[in-house]
Amino acid sequence: MDILRIATAGSVDDGKSTLIGRLLFETQSITKDKIEALKAASQRKGLDFVDLSLLTDGLIAEREQGITIDVAHIYFNTPTRKYIIADTPGHFEYTRNMVTGASNASVSIILIDARNGVGEQTRRHFYISSLLEIKNVVVAVNKMDLVDYSETRYEEIKNDFFELSDKLRKPNQNITFIPISSLYGENIVVKSEKMPWYSGDSLLNILEGVAPEDIDSAVLPFRFPVQHVIRPKSEEYHDFRGYSGKIASGQINKGDMVAALPSQQISKVKEIFKYTDSLDSAHQTESVVITLEDNIDISRGNMLVKIGEQPELKKQVNARICWMDTEPMKVGKGYLVQHGINRVKAKVASIDSRLEISTFEASENVDELKLNQIGEVSFKLAAHIFADNFESNPANGAFIIIDEFNNNTVGVGFVK
Amino acid sequence: MNINKQFPRALEDEAIFILREVAAQFEKPAILFSGGKDSITLVRLAQKAFFPGKIPFPLVHVDTGHNFPETTDFRDKLAAELGVELIIRNVEDSIKAGKVKEETGKYASRNALQTVTLLDTIEEFKFDACIGGARRDEEKARAKERIFSVRNDFGEWDAKKQRPELFDMLNGKIDLGENVRVFPISNWTELDVWNYIKAENLEIPSIYFAHEREVFDRDGMIWSDSEFINKSEDEVPYKTIVRFRTVGDMTCTAAVSSTADNIDTIIEEILEAEISERGARIDDKRSEAAMEKRKQQGYF
Repeated sequence: MDILRIATAGSVDDGKSTLIGRLLFETQSITKDKIEALKAASQRKGLDFVDLSLLTDGLIAEREQGITIDVAHIYFNTPTRKYIIADTPGHFEYTRNMVTGASNASVSIILIDARNGVGEQTRRHFYISSLLEIKNVVVAVNKMDLVDYSETRYEEIKNDFFELSDKLRKPNQNITFIPISSLYGENIVVKSEKMPWYSGDSLLNILEGVAPEDIDSAVLPFRFPVQHVIRPKSEEYHDFRGYSGKIASGQINKGDMVAALPSQQISKVKEIFKYTDSLDSAHQTESVVITLEDNIDISRGNMLVKIGEQPELKKQVNARICWMDTEPMKVGKGYLVQHGINRVKAKVASIDSRLEISTFEASENVDELKLNQIGEVSFKLAAHIFADNFESNPANGAFIIIDEFNNNTVGVGFVK
Repeated sequence: MNINKQFPRALEDEAIFILREVAAQFEKPAILFSGGKDSITLVRLAQKAFFPGKIPFPLVHVDTGHNFPETTDFRDKLAAELGVELIIRNVEDSIKAGKVKEETGKYASRNALQTVTLLDTIEEFKFDACIGGARRDEEKARAKERIFSVRNDFGEWDAKKQRPELFDMLNGKIDLGENVRVFPISNWTELDVWNYIKAENLEIPSIYFAHEREVFDRDGMIWSDSEFINKSEDEVPYKTIVRFRTVGDMTCTAAVSSTADNIDTIIEEILEAEISERGARIDDKRSEAAMEKRKQQGYF
């Protein structure tokens, strides 16, 4: 059984929380005591309906203000797969939380209020979905009940959206449009009778039809960041030296020739272990232990790759950065860059351009990036990282930026 | 609709990745181990993550002294079998030292007092990472928790200042005195845990299975009768068949009426259950934000 990770973005007003509540309700994932608790909490707030947003807005501050601040994770199952929804805030001041929540998603659901149509928020959500290389974007036009289930209105919004998306759209990105009413459950699990003009699937069926997350493992290069060297030194495993890690991309077979980076030393895969099982092959997202025929020097942060598929060893990296800290990023300042599990010292060499995410205004030759701004940045690194271009291999193309002094994660980078 | 009985292996791969990051990024990590199903799952994952090496962390239990004997016996047995160090610290000692005060009244429980003993234990052993079996599906404040959740010198959780966690990159960098709570099974649901216990054929304490027990009714829930609970006169104990869906302290865990006496029937029961797992946790019912408030104080 596989897992599908979805990101939803939007404010309470878009009906995002109601949509999630509806998905949970229709897949029988909310239990009676949770519904009772929601009813009681809604009554305390003086509401005469059950406020499903209280289900996801778990923090005191969120319930007080009626907004989503941080990412909440919500789970439900169908007979075919497990779903993880990262429910993220839509307000631009929480852009970093949205980027965070969406970073693991293979589907992004963008909600549009049918009355308001395509707005700044829609544009921002789509921009971030594209920035993160999310392959499947579902645009759900919600509150169709408030526009009399009008096909004309739906088509109008669709045209507006494609006008905007054509400029940002990535090749291979699937964009699916769907008219829904989450309040009344129209087109959520079963197809709506109110909109006979809509020929597509229900939302849940669209999600069920999305290809599994590891589908690309056959075509992507093998990338195995070594997390931890296992050397038991016990009597039984005296000479055992295994390299543990989670395959970032691609696949590996027993007997494949591999190179260790950065040393470039070459050896052959002796065995691939998953606990006590010895496997013939393993593919991306699997956590395994690999042993090699030769004793070569490999430690944490090194990477095993297949011969002929080596990434460029980078000591200078250009990346698109989304800044996430209230303290701006400055040219000349030192940070730590963590690519996968590999942490190196870095210095900002230049910020070549900057995009204001609230207004989409671009400027060139700037000397700092502020919270929620996106920029093209060039870094000088103290040691090599083994990254791919994010567009061609997202699983090995991103890094986080850590402030050396307060230890916070202050930004994310997408290698160009 | 909700009829899934298969365990998604990607969850195991993710948890193993997290445990290996803990071993690599921290000096002195520990597994918080209660003998309950979630911590048993954690121990299994740690076994797999470092095989053929040994689990490189000690097991730590903060014992309220009000735990079910079936669970504490199981705890001791499992630690001995694995040959892993088991560190036990008692809430009783914190009370005797005058660091916390026993609660009084009908709902008196040592559950909240555990926090102080836990923070003292962390300080005593200089633990910089504590691995716990909490899951995001359990409770709404937990749904917001990071996998690496940084706590300050006082063990406090600041929900508004959480580090962004992007892709699967974990930042465990902290200053001396701070510690990180690590939740490798964050993305598992109750059902995933049970399906995993089944798939891995894991042994669990007997109180998870239906058995006869002396109980009494309070607030629509079934409480296990014990000397640690202050009963009123009209709360008369009686014998019936129950099991526990979640196992905490006796003063804060309710039983459920059930005849499920093996893993398969337990899974069937969960699939049909109308009440969530934490619905049997009396400690969560104290207020709307009971969990978030306890977490701010340093609760696990």
